[in-house]
Amino acid sequence: MKQNYYELVSRNNLLKRKSINVVMLGLCITAGFLAILPLVYIFFYTLMQGASSLNLEFFTEIPKPVGEDGGGMANAIVGTLILVGLGSAFGIPVGIFAGIYVAEYSKSFLANVIKFVTDVLSGVPSIVIGIFAYGLIVIPMQRFSALAGGFALGVLMVPTVTRITEEMLKLVPHSLREAALALGIPRWKTTLRIVLKTASGGIITGILLAIARAAGETAPLLFTSFGNSFWSSSLDGPMASIPVQIFNYAISPYEDWHRKAWAGAFVLIALVFVVSLIVRISTRKKYN
Amino acid sequence: MQELLTENRAEVINEENIKFDILTNNLTVSFFGNEAISDVNVKIRSKSITAIIGPSGCGKSTLLRSINLMHDLTPGAKVTGKITIHGKDISEYDMTHVRRKVGMVFQKPNPFPTMSVYDNVVSGLTLNRKYKKSYLDEIVEICLEHAGLWEEVKDRLKISSMALSGGQQQRLCIARTLAVGPEIILLDEPTSALDPISTSKIEETLQLLKKDYTIVIVTHNMQQAARTSDFTAYFFLGKLIEHGKTRNIFTSPKEKLTEDYVTGRFG
Repeated sequence: MKQNYYELVSRNNLLKRKSINVVMLGLCITAGFLAILPLVYIFFYTLMQGASSLNLEFFTEIPKPVGEDGGGMANAIVGTLILVGLGSAFGIPVGIFAGIYVAEYSKSFLANVIKFVTDVLSGVPSIVIGIFAYGLIVIPMQRFSALAGGFALGVLMVPTVTRITEEMLKLVPHSLREAALALGIPRWKTTLRIVLKTASGGIITGILLAIARAAGETAPLLFTSFGNSFWSSSLDGPMASIPVQIFNYAISPYEDWHRKAWAGAFVLIALVFVVSLIVRISTRKKYN
Repeated sequence: MQELLTENRAEVINEENIKFDILTNNLTVSFFGNEAISDVNVKIRSKSITAIIGPSGCGKSTLLRSINLMHDLTPGAKVTGKITIHGKDISEYDMTHVRRKVGMVFQKPNPFPTMSVYDNVVSGLTLNRKYKKSYLDEIVEICLEHAGLWEEVKDRLKISSMALSGGQQQRLCIARTLAVGPEIILLDEPTSALDPISTSKIEETLQLLKKDYTIVIVTHNMQQAARTSDFTAYFFLGKLIEHGKTRNIFTSPKEKLTEDYVTGRFG
């Protein structure tokens, strides 16, 4: 009798558990698809809309005046690469070192202040950061410049990189730090060569997120690097960038420019994708 | 019996000549004002295995970690009293020097996950300066040999350290500790996370190592203390209750508390 009872209960439970499992798994898979759907949709939609403008010329030529056929976004593509490069050169080191400080010296008052400030900074609208760079660099220099744009993008990247670095470093078990210190390795080397290296996978993800965001930002560039219809000659002059170019084209009344804007959007997505892929492959861990 | 008596007598006579590697003088360690160990005076004999036993929270690990200056990073930790290593106060040494002189193996195996077996062994060396490859090769072989791991990994030194079993990882950690050339090795419950076979391998390793190293092992396992150590120190509630030859501690303890613990009445 008792045996039967348990059998009954366990069979009921089994059915119940199995069905709950199927339902929850189904929900998870659906959510997963919903998460990738927008990207796939955007990718193909921009491709379709801009396909007619996507040709070799688009990648090699600078924009042509209204009315003339052809022309491309070569200067904007290069400009975006330069601006994001400048931003990364500023934002990534600052972010990583700030993150190290916050994670490894988390008991200090300053660390808490930094943490709070980066949280607030990550909530500051990007256009405000653009105005900040405008006031700090453009006004004293008396002109729009790529440097100001790069700086604005860098400021935008700092909070993301800082927080991700901090979170990833905190995930590294304390025992690894102790192991390294117990071998007589100085603390700074322990942090750089053991802790940072162990956390590198997650930190790289954070950096990629920051780069992707910076690459797509328009607002901070509007009054810093401004935009340029020609090849930029130097870093202290205005420079074209894909987002700003898209913006300018999109608000224009010309069909051709609209198509170019779509093509630009597609190239921007592809660019972020390719950069992510390259970084991922080149920093792939030896062991998994 | 007679033999035991004369042995004890000989020890008393030679007290002056016995070499002690570690001495503590009124060592007190507190965390946020709570004393974890108080007024500990212990002498650790050279080239022998000393086991530190006692119930949980009695300060065994705290003592061990203070010898390796591991409390420097612990928030709220305060160490007073004196620790002498090789006749010199610990504060007179450079901190990294102490840690190279006094190696430490932790409770959980903690090889560096981003490094290969080979790189793990020499990490203490290569992270400090550059060495010739031939020298490192030699070090890796010797240390893995000493840690009893060489035969098992000699053909796959380049694999990830995380691919090894828990017991192998722990021996890898011992090899890594040996590579920096310590004279004293502290082991903080090195086998508590391991299976019996791995445990016995590590115990065998310790027996081989004691010829060349002074070994202090913290253990929860009284059988392990009885099996492996020459001397045993019994701690209770942060105080050193009794310290002597392992055989004496386990067969004829002087203190009631020790007797209760080693006979399994509590703990």
